[in-house]
Amino acid sequence: MRIETVDAIPPAAAPFDARVEGQRLMRDWYTALEQAPARGQHVANVFVMGNAVEILRTFDFQLVFPEINSLQTGVRKASEEYIRLSEDYGMSPDVCSYVKADVGLILKENEHPAGRIPKADIAIASNMCSTFIKWAEIWERLLKTPTFVLDLPGQRAGNWKVRPGDAQHAADARWVEAQFRDLIEKCETITGKRFDMDRLAEVEDRVNKMVFHWNNVMALNRVCPAPFNAMLDGLTYIGIMNVYRGAQEGVDFMRNIEAELRAKVARGEGRVPEERYRLLFSGTPCYVSMRRLVELFETWGGVFAYSDYLTFAAGGMDAGELVYDTSRPLESLAEITALAAQRGLSNQFFAHERLAQQIRDYDVDGIVFHGIKSCRFVSSGMADTRDYLNKRLKMPSLYIESDLIDPRYWSDAQIKNRVDAFFETLHQSGGAPRANKSVSSESGRAA
Amino acid sequence: MTTATTAEAELNVVLEYCNDVRMAPIPDAGSLPEGFAGTLGHFPVYFPEEVAHAAGLLPVAVLGGGNRLELKHADARMGSFVCSICRSTAELGLNGSLQGLSGFITHPICDAAKHLAGIWARNFPEQLSQILYLPQNVNTPGAVRYIAAEFQRLRSELEKKSGRSVDDESLRRSIGIYNDNRRLLREIYALRRDEPWKLSCTESYLLTRARSRMPAEEHNGLLKRALDAARQRNLPAQDKPRVVFVGGFCEQPPIEMLEAIDSNCYVVDDDLLIGLRWLTQDVPEAGDPIWALAESFVERSAASPVQHDERKTKEGYLMEMIRSSKADAAILTAAKFCEPGLDEQIAWAKHLDNTDIQYLVLEFEEKMTSFEQMAMQLETFAESLLFAVAA
Repeated sequence: MRIETVDAIPPAAAPFDARVEGQRLMRDWYTALEQAPARGQHVANVFVMGNAVEILRTFDFQLVFPEINSLQTGVRKASEEYIRLSEDYGMSPDVCSYVKADVGLILKENEHPAGRIPKADIAIASNMCSTFIKWAEIWERLLKTPTFVLDLPGQRAGNWKVRPGDAQHAADARWVEAQFRDLIEKCETITGKRFDMDRLAEVEDRVNKMVFHWNNVMALNRVCPAPFNAMLDGLTYIGIMNVYRGAQEGVDFMRNIEAELRAKVARGEGRVPEERYRLLFSGTPCYVSMRRLVELFETWGGVFAYSDYLTFAAGGMDAGELVYDTSRPLESLAEITALAAQRGLSNQFFAHERLAQQIRDYDVDGIVFHGIKSCRFVSSGMADTRDYLNKRLKMPSLYIESDLIDPRYWSDAQIKNRVDAFFETLHQSGGAPRANKSVSSESGRAA
Repeated sequence: MTTATTAEAELNVVLEYCNDVRMAPIPDAGSLPEGFAGTLGHFPVYFPEEVAHAAGLLPVAVLGGGNRLELKHADARMGSFVCSICRSTAELGLNGSLQGLSGFITHPICDAAKHLAGIWARNFPEQLSQILYLPQNVNTPGAVRYIAAEFQRLRSELEKKSGRSVDDESLRRSIGIYNDNRRLLREIYALRRDEPWKLSCTESYLLTRARSRMPAEEHNGLLKRALDAARQRNLPAQDKPRVVFVGGFCEQPPIEMLEAIDSNCYVVDDDLLIGLRWLTQDVPEAGDPIWALAESFVERSAASPVQHDERKTKEGYLMEMIRSSKADAAILTAAKFCEPGLDEQIAWAKHLDNTDIQYLVLEFEEKMTSFEQMAMQLETFAESLLFAVAA
């Protein structure tokens, strides 16, 4: 990853506050969801990993992100009500709390704290997270929503090297393209519109711009002090990256964030007043208590310089080389989707490789692993990964458990004790103030 | 001795052997069957064993650690919220029980299963450790071509591992052997459907599972002996309800659980070891054998909670199992912490609520050792079914 020269970035016309602007965009999105039926707009349910959003946008589908709906119930402190509803219905305590919150939403006739969620005309579920498929099957049963499973060939083994254009990549991309063509036919049937290749190229062009800024934003956090917290500010960024992927609002938002963060870096401002520890966060957020969790770290001068969540939950867009060739939009979409599936999504199953690279890229002092029962995609191999990195890289780490959005699994005192003990250990093992730490040489212009 | 007594004795010999095989360690270099150069472990559900068989690698279905394995390493490597079969498989790797494997292949059936490939890569780099990306979309044109490419890749990997070339002829020979095996397993299930008093669910399970440790040709011989003996068994039909048992597709229910069900019901169909019976008809023995296997995966295959196929709704195949086996009721189960199974269980239950088919929900774990409560539930369920039928 390298920061590119971005002379084309104009300064923001007005002071830009990413949090405020992000909240406005999310409100706008929910408003658009509510209004979709009245506009006669078709609706698609999609997930953040492997979603064919580029194709859906060419057909003007209004996009519903059920994961974001569920996490928003957590952010708005309403998730427990939805989860309990689904458990009363019969859902097991041992399955994904996002799914349960969504089943609760269905049982509440789609009344979400942010507004009414429209019923989907189609659902796209990729195999990147196995739960996506089971989740979509629930919609098939309860709502009669047609499902299209987008099967993406993932990383097959450790140290799996697939390069653009090699035989394996070509075979995988051919399969993905066949599915896209199938999906396009289904979208044409649902919407009554002809597929427009030029519009796909336009959407891809906007995604390219978003990815460009996104990669630069990520790279800016290699600077010390880090200008943003990957698990707080970063969550706002990826929310917009997902919801507005391929939309002009998304391009503008990401461009403004980059400009804002560059200015912060130029001023030497960090997310925390005195950055003492740079940390990597592995796992998912605990949306019901994320601000509190970050606070526990920031009071010690710890900042999450990066998180693998920003890779997989943003659809693998910072996995490198993910730039669409808009002169051959559909083929390129398949090629990039296949690459992203292996470099940014399914490599979660070989997480030690990606984390080892991120430890180097972001020059971190420790890793925080957040294991949750709700997400086996993230958590099942976490303890073994931690053991591996501890032994191979002597990387200090902390393991905590709670949940994505189920507040019943958040234990404040217990987590605070563990966080405090972690920092005591870091301090005793020689962790020093890092305010003047030099910037990674790879971070280009920001250096 | 009468023919029936001889048959009973013969079946007992076969079943005892099968049970010994179940408990035995995987064959090591010194005990490999003739013609095999190594062993290839594969995790549920489906794996194209024919490819490994043709490459001279004995396919070994890795089916967890059962209820006698003590976890000494896996507790620290996999969260407590992960299902037992994944944790005990990791344990078998970490305690050295699977160190003789030439390789270990897992599948995208669930996220915990996929993570086993990472655990293998980190801890057993000397083994060929891979995820075989069998597709979750078999409905798009091009699925067969993709699967064939994936099987071709597997063939190449296994050739490198075994040092033996897999030509089409040897692959067709393996397919032929497995076609015999599939036919015999279909006969086992037909016997259970038609005369369930002649072969219990537990016996059928032991017979099927034996293939996880032996060449299919040897297994074929065993199945023939068992079928001949079972058909000659002289056991009276008992007053038990006919049930379908579903949910045992990946993590293995303990034998004691199956015995408890047998004590109260005739299990006339199930999804136990469904991966070893995944292809429901013969694979064509002419033409490109890789294509034949790939096409069979799409066109001649079973169903399970971990395989999405829009032609086979989960409620639909359960109802078809009940209908075709003339079952009175269903036993729905799911392994603790098995996300696909738990999601499926509620879907099945909600569907059956809208029919007049009775069902019982049981939760299990491979490591469970106490079955008294389950036995009582089963006894009550069976009695209620019999009274309902009598009324």
